[in-house]
Amino acid sequence: MSVTKDDVRKVARLSRIAVTEEHVEELTGELNGIMGWIDQLNEVDVDGVEPMTSVVETKLPMREDVVTDGNIQDQVLANAPRSEDGFFVVPKAVE
Amino acid sequence: MTELTKLTLAAALDGLKAKSFSAREITQDFIQAIEQSRVLNAYVVETPEKALAMADASDARLAKGEGGKLEGAPLGIKDLYCTAGVRTTACSNILGEFTPTYESTVTQNLWDQGAVMLGKLNMDEFAMGSSNETSRFGPVVNPWRRKGDNRDLTPGGSSGGSAAAVAGDLCLAATASDTGGSIRQPAAFTGTVGIKPTYGRASRYGMVAFASSLDQAGPISKTVEDSAILLEAMCSHDPKDSTSLNIETPDWRSDVAKGVKGMRIGIPKEYRMDGMSEEIDKLWDQGIEWLKAAGAEIVDISLPHTKYALPAYYIVAPAEASSNLARYDGMRYGARVDGDNLASTYEATRAGGFGAEVQRRLMIGTYVLSSGYYDAYYLRAQKVRTKILNDFVEAFESCDAILTPTCPSPAFAFGEKSGDPVEMYLNDVFTVTANLAGLPGISVPAGLSSGGLPLGLQVIGKALDEAACFRVGGELERAAGFVAKPEKWW
Repeated sequence: MSVTKDDVRKVARLSRIAVTEEHVEELTGELNGIMGWIDQLNEVDVDGVEPMTSVVETKLPMREDVVTDGNIQDQVLANAPRSEDGFFVVPKAVE
Repeated sequence: MTELTKLTLAAALDGLKAKSFSAREITQDFIQAIEQSRVLNAYVVETPEKALAMADASDARLAKGEGGKLEGAPLGIKDLYCTAGVRTTACSNILGEFTPTYESTVTQNLWDQGAVMLGKLNMDEFAMGSSNETSRFGPVVNPWRRKGDNRDLTPGGSSGGSAAAVAGDLCLAATASDTGGSIRQPAAFTGTVGIKPTYGRASRYGMVAFASSLDQAGPISKTVEDSAILLEAMCSHDPKDSTSLNIETPDWRSDVAKGVKGMRIGIPKEYRMDGMSEEIDKLWDQGIEWLKAAGAEIVDISLPHTKYALPAYYIVAPAEASSNLARYDGMRYGARVDGDNLASTYEATRAGGFGAEVQRRLMIGTYVLSSGYYDAYYLRAQKVRTKILNDFVEAFESCDAILTPTCPSPAFAFGEKSGDPVEMYLNDVFTVTANLAGLPGISVPAGLSSGGLPLGLQVIGKALDEAACFRVGGELERAAGFVAKPEKWW
């Protein structure tokens, strides 16, 4: 399976990374190199094999559905690129 | 310069307890050493005032005969750990001047035991790299140089700052993290010890996430005993990390001197790879002889899916990274780059904030997870992981620990491997299997290359059997008698 320039444009859009047209060319070459090398995984017979999730058998713990923190508005906003009156200021998202 | 900076962690803790010197004295010496070693670029944030305040608090506790297991010990912290009030960026531009309002569990554990923070250590951006060349602050320089050659060498990565700081006596020991070899490879490149514990031993809360099913915290230190001391303090059960194991942390320090008599050591034939340097091969044979002489039984084993570990890693890790790093949108924290609208703001922020290697991996991750490719790539890679784990489970039926080289080569010069991504990835060929299988692995310095550079041997243990890593690692350390230090040129 080879990666096309259209694939790169699509993947860049899905990744929300702006990519220039000339960079698309370069990335297509790089991604093809890497994906070509990865394709050797097709040699492995994985029929009937369960996908691995964790090395140690363990059940995900449950906890009470209660609020454990809060009232830390200052902390939440402390690193905001822009904030006003206790809100994040972001570009307009709804026309 | 006094000699306090040259102490091991164990010796420094003894000296502090015996009041041979104060926490302030040793902290001051490290602060001075760090100031004089900025050319190594190991620290990206220095916190001398915080360090002295913590040292004074330690001295007050020590004076009363109190104090934790790390009381007064100055440590370096990889920039991947969130530290309250101290800038944390995982060496990425996208985090801007991000200053956490909370502390990672691992570092909190260290402070609770009385450790002193000297500053934040350089690393590859988001821990994606094997040479430290992807850091926003520029690469760390390895304190080691080839004989008769003054070119700068990489300390390895991603924990290059941690490894260089320990090798250059700029901290007693350091925290690091390992997703594919990021503790063990830099340890091998700098003549230091580094261990990645079993997945789930240490909490990932407050560690900047790269690949959540692979990331594990661990130490880099001067000796195997020091690694045992620090790892014990780092590990804990943490309700804030759902993958953190609810089990006791054993007393690993006592394992270091136990020896290997009666242990069965597996030697995987698949790790003798084409193109591996002859001196690495010889060092491995030497390691086998040392363990045999110490009473271990050597067993030939097979890990047939070894060659598929790296390609599987380069699906799993980028896939998880593409999901984890989706949070960097420039809205709630980090550096925003404005565009004309919301979508273009996202795209400009992420194009401007992520470096080339991170962008490459995010795109690979997005590609393998995208509609129609998920089964062919991600699901298949997770199944290959199961096969790799099964290889280990089978091998461990006939052995107690596995001995391998840590890396296929000693430290290399900057630019020597950055042309071809795949060539750089091959650095992790011996270390990545332990991440995929979630197993503990330690790297111990065992000799010097013909060029005078340190070489490491790796011991992989069963799940939750770090004790075996410390026993075998301790034996290798004693047998190798590795005491070489980089000649100070900086």
